[in-house]
Amino acid sequence: MKSLLGIAGVAMTAFALGASTVLAQRADSDLKKGNEAYQYWCATCHGAGPGHPGTTALAAKYKGALPGLLEERIDLTPTAVRFAVRRGTSIMPFFRKTEVSDADLDAITQYLMRQRNTNR
Amino acid sequence: MAIPPGVSAQNWTTALQQFEQAVGKSWVFTGDDDIALYRDAYSPFWGEPEERLVAAAVAPDTTEQVSQVVRTANRFRIPVFPISTGKNLGYGGSAPNLSGSVVVDLKRMNRVIEVDDKRHFAIVEPGVAYFDLYRHIQTRGLKVWIDCPDPGWGSPVGNALDHGVGYTFGAYRDHFHSHCGLEVVLPNGDIVRTGMGALPGAKTWGEYRYGFGPTVDGLFAQGNLGIVTKMGFHLLPAPEAYQTSVVTVPRRRDIVPLIDLVNELEHQSLIGMPEYSSPLGGLGPPPAELAALLKKPGGATDEDFDQYAQQRNRGSWSCRLQFYGSPRVIAAHLEHAKDRFNAVVSGSAFQDGELMRFPLTQEQLDRVHKVAVGIPNMAIFSIGARTELNPSPSDGHLWFSPIIPKTGEAVLEAQRVFMEAFTKLGVPSMVSPFSMPATWMHRAFIFIMAFPISRTNVAQNRRTRETFRALVKVAAEHGWGEYRTAPAFQDDVMAAYSYNNQALLRLHETIKDAVDPNGIVAAGRSGVWPRHLRRARA
Repeated sequence: MKSLLGIAGVAMTAFALGASTVLAQRADSDLKKGNEAYQYWCATCHGAGPGHPGTTALAAKYKGALPGLLEERIDLTPTAVRFAVRRGTSIMPFFRKTEVSDADLDAITQYLMRQRNTNR
Repeated sequence: MAIPPGVSAQNWTTALQQFEQAVGKSWVFTGDDDIALYRDAYSPFWGEPEERLVAAAVAPDTTEQVSQVVRTANRFRIPVFPISTGKNLGYGGSAPNLSGSVVVDLKRMNRVIEVDDKRHFAIVEPGVAYFDLYRHIQTRGLKVWIDCPDPGWGSPVGNALDHGVGYTFGAYRDHFHSHCGLEVVLPNGDIVRTGMGALPGAKTWGEYRYGFGPTVDGLFAQGNLGIVTKMGFHLLPAPEAYQTSVVTVPRRRDIVPLIDLVNELEHQSLIGMPEYSSPLGGLGPPPAELAALLKKPGGATDEDFDQYAQQRNRGSWSCRLQFYGSPRVIAAHLEHAKDRFNAVVSGSAFQDGELMRFPLTQEQLDRVHKVAVGIPNMAIFSIGARTELNPSPSDGHLWFSPIIPKTGEAVLEAQRVFMEAFTKLGVPSMVSPFSMPATWMHRAFIFIMAFPISRTNVAQNRRTRETFRALVKVAAEHGWGEYRTAPAFQDDVMAAYSYNNQALLRLHETIKDAVDPNGIVAAGRSGVWPRHLRRARA
């Protein structure tokens, strides 16, 4: 019953606001969640500015061909992000699901792909 | 699906059901992909049969859930291995000593119970990271500092329980020393609190660590008698300002009075953690003239090194002194330090850093050594990660951490002994005549070395293990023992602590058998194995 009410609620809200507005709000909310998860789990190494070894490592790897800062990349794919988080690379270890949950990982992936998705 | 050693399939199925009832189905991990996340990312056995792998992982959210999980494990004699944030990289990561163990992953227990900035303590759960505790303090504007190790993603509880160390004053940067009170789930599921926490309604759990009667807290650090679920810590009142000054002494033999004087200043609590280096050392290959000097038949003399330093207008040794407090206090301590050096070591030179007042500006934050001012971060990984100077990084590292005395003579001896050992072993030396020890310990040095680990080169890892084990023996022959090591070497290190026919290990085993008769908690941690596995290993 709860889920039926939920669906009805969403439908009514969509009617009131317009389906595209609801979807846009949901997308914004997902991106916000992805941004927060990224800042919490990733940005300590992959943030901007000095003292971020992940950013330094990627800059050294791509030598200007790609940005060192992950948030500026437009070529990332869900597979690549998932691989890095769950398998690790170089001295970056993998993250357990008690750290980065599957939901967090999906949100982080969407956040990192936001520019690629927008550019389509 | 893997099954823990000695456990029947039927009991395993029942135990997993009980784990699920205790913590919820979604927090019991048995799938191959999920349990692979509990491998030691820096394992020296990566991909080899000896690599420590887990059978499952269980992630409780409360002490009561930990107790239920442990009761089930004890009933079915299932080995369990607790982790806090699981970031003990270089010392074992999140993997157990015994393959087939069930990891009790405490990451979900991430509550900051209390922080008091008038009496200066905190009480936290194991899943709290240094980043979390720092954020908790900052968002509330509390006037206390934490003392953090290099990587900020670790757990204050887990780090302290592995005798981890940090960067400010001695009383705080020895993290187990700064702890105050434990809550522990024993192998039978019983919950015990130590220190004042043993007194119901105690008002000073985070302040007075002894309570009444024998102190048992140390048994749970690097130990395997229970699972710590809460821990108190003393915190440093936030200082008003911070300043560094680098003292450089000219001659090679000046290392002796340099360290003696810095010891005096530090043990009087006039400075925080000192950081030694040599202006003659550095990353990368030595210049040609220095390389020739290092290859001189019979070895370079002190005079050779002095001449080399003098020609380049450099000193032989430096130490960065760190001062904390009000600007007036800092100025007085710095002046006193200069007086002492000028009186004892001719040619001492000081280079004062900027006096920084808190809160720091962004520009100051970008250049300050953050851990020295209690700010957790991850900058240390810049050393191991890919950089322009290190285009082919390793897949991880292994710390070799022998404790040596805090004297110049001991440093010079350690340089000589380990350089000779590397030559004898036929592997490139990690030590040079300019290597200086780490100073995280308050009353001793760590002559630390990092060995690279590969996820693809088994032969290299094998050589590294052989070298590591040989160095443990070399160190022991000279009265030096490691303070901490990865599970792969814990038996070797414990074997070196052999006074009176391994009396210490025998005591640990006696206690282990009494407190954990089924030997379920962290079997093999620090080389302490339960009775049934001792027999199998004998």
